[in-house]
Amino acid sequence: MTTKTRLLLKLAGLSGALLLSLGVAAPQEARAELRIDITRGVAEPLPIAITSFAGSGGRDAQIGADISKVISADLERSGLFRPLDPRGFLQTPDQLRTGEPRYQDWKALGAQALVAGNTTTGGDGRMKVDFRLWDVAAGQYMQGLSYSASPQEWRRIAHIVADAIYKRLTGEDGYFDTRVVYVAESGPANARKKQLAIMDQDSENHQFLTDGQTLVLTPRFSPTTQEITYMSYFNKKPRVYLFNIDTGRQEVLGDFPGMTFAPRFSPDGNKVVMSMAQNGNTDIYTLDLRTRRQTQLTDSPGIDTGPSYSPDGQKIVFESDRGGSQQLYIMGADGSGVKRLSFGEGRYGTPVWSPRGDLIAFTRQRGSSFAIGVIRPDGTGERILTESYHVEGPTWAPNGRVLMYFKDLPSGDGRGRNAKLYTIDITGANERRVSTPLDASDPAWSPLIP
Amino acid sequence: MRMKFLALAAVALLAACESTPNDAANGANTGANQSAVRPGSAEDFVVNVGDRVFFGFDRFDLSPEARATLDRQAKWLQTYGSVTITIEGHADERGTREYNLALGERRANSVKNYLAAKGIPANRVTVVSYGKERPAVAGSGEAAWSQNRRGVTVVN
Repeated sequence: MTTKTRLLLKLAGLSGALLLSLGVAAPQEARAELRIDITRGVAEPLPIAITSFAGSGGRDAQIGADISKVISADLERSGLFRPLDPRGFLQTPDQLRTGEPRYQDWKALGAQALVAGNTTTGGDGRMKVDFRLWDVAAGQYMQGLSYSASPQEWRRIAHIVADAIYKRLTGEDGYFDTRVVYVAESGPANARKKQLAIMDQDSENHQFLTDGQTLVLTPRFSPTTQEITYMSYFNKKPRVYLFNIDTGRQEVLGDFPGMTFAPRFSPDGNKVVMSMAQNGNTDIYTLDLRTRRQTQLTDSPGIDTGPSYSPDGQKIVFESDRGGSQQLYIMGADGSGVKRLSFGEGRYGTPVWSPRGDLIAFTRQRGSSFAIGVIRPDGTGERILTESYHVEGPTWAPNGRVLMYFKDLPSGDGRGRNAKLYTIDITGANERRVSTPLDASDPAWSPLIP
Repeated sequence: MRMKFLALAAVALLAACESTPNDAANGANTGANQSAVRPGSAEDFVVNVGDRVFFGFDRFDLSPEARATLDRQAKWLQTYGSVTITIEGHADERGTREYNLALGERRANSVKNYLAAKGIPANRVTVVSYGKERPAVAGSGEAAWSQNRRGVTVVN
C-alpha cells in the first residue's frame, strides 16, 4: 500500500517558518469604525484601493506586485470587496510609505479603504512584508502589521494579509490562508478515474495526492490540517483511510468487518466518526485514533450515515432513513438523545456543522433537483442557497461564512460527467466557480493553516 | 435446458435495446460468439444465466423478475460448486454519494440473502457496494438510471 499509492508529489513543507511580528508603529486607531456589515446580504461590495507592495526594486518589486494581486483577488472573490483599478491611483506606493495618504485623492476615486504595503528582503534572505490599512472616508489609519518568511512563501503571506484586512473590516476571521482537498475526476462515467488532489483555496499550488489507480471518495481535513481521512477501494475493499499530507503515509482506520465510509474528524482531531455497512445495515461508529478503540453510536435498522460533529464536540448531526426517508438527525456524541432535525419536503443528506456552530449545511433532493441549504441546529431558519440538476456535498470555510460544494449537469448527450467546484456566501449570494485542472467533486475546506 | 437460457438471453438483449431494463439482461457484448462459451465459466454465467437484477428507485426489494434471475444464478452456482462470487450493489446518480454507498450495500445483501436461502453458502459470497460510482449506462434519465440501480453477480 505505502509504495503503490504513496504521495506522488511531496508538498513543500511550511515548516513553521512564518513569523508574525507586532504592528508597525501605529498611530491612534480610528474610533468611528469603517466596517462592512455582513450580518445581512451585502448589496454593494466595499471599494478598496490596494496599492502595489513592490519594494525597492528587482526581485522584491516583482514579488511585491504579485502579493498585491493575490490580496486583491482574495478580497474580490469574497464578494464583500471591490478592489479598484490601480491605473487610476494618484499616489505612488513610495509616497504612501513615507507620508500620509492624500485622502481627498482616494475619496475622489471612490475608495473607502486604502491598503499600502512594502516587500523587502534582508541580508539573511528572509522576506519582510508589511502593510497598512486606512479608512479613507474618516481620514484615519486603521491597522498595520508586519510579517517575515522565506521568499517562496510569498503566496501565504499575501493570503495572511488578505485575512487581516478581511478581519479588520468585517469583524470576522478570514479564510484565505487555507487549502482545499477534493476528488479530481477524469475518464468515462462507467470507469471514472478519481484521485485525491489538494490546492490553495484560490486554486494555486495544485497537487495530486494519489495516482488514480484506486477509486477514492470523500476526503476530509483534520483540524490539524496535516492529515486527511477519506474512503478508498484499495484491493476492492472499501474502507476509511488516514492520509498524512507531509509524509504521504496512508493507513486503514480500524478493523471493521464491513465497508466503512463517510468519515469525519472530531473537532479535537482525536477521533474519526464514520459509517460501517454490514448485512444491509449501516450504523455510525467512532474510532479513537490514540487508543484505536471502536465504538458503535447508532443501531437502527436503517441507513445511518454522513455524521458531522458540532464544533464543541458535544453533538453529532447525521442522516438516517429510519423514519422512512433520508432526513437529518442530531444526537449526543455518545449516541444518546437522537432527535430529528429536518422536516421539509424531500430528502436531506450530507449534513455538515458550521465551524462557528450556528448552522448546519446540507444537500436536499426534491423532485428533479438537488439543492444546498442551511438550517439552524434547533431546526429553524431553513434556507436554500442554490439549486440545480445536481449539487452536493457542502463544506465550510473555517469562518463559517462561505460554503464550497460541487455541481454537475445532466450527462445525457454523451458529455459524460462534468462536476466542478463552486463557492457561495451563506446569504446565497456570490456563487463562484473554483478553477481545477480536471473535473472535481467532494471538496473539503481546511481550517486556517496554523 | 441450455438452449432455453440462450433464448431468454436473446429476448433480454432485445429488450435492453429498447432501454427497458430486464432482469435477464446481461452484460454488454454477450452472446456474440455463443459456441465459444465454456460451461461453468464467467462468460457462461453472464450469457446463459444473467448476471444482474434491477431495483426500483431507493428500493432494495427483489421483483419477481429479479427472483427468477437469482433462481437461475443459484442453480448454476450449485452446479459449479467451487465457484465463488462477488455481488456488487449499485445505485443511480439521483442520490447523495454516501447514502448511495449504503443503498448499494443493501441491494448487494438482498441478492446475497436470496441466494443464501437458495442454498448458496455465505462463504462463497463477497459483497461490495459501488454506490453511484460505477454506472452501467452513461446518461441522465430514467432509461439509464433504471439500468444502473442494480445488483451484479460477478464470478471470481
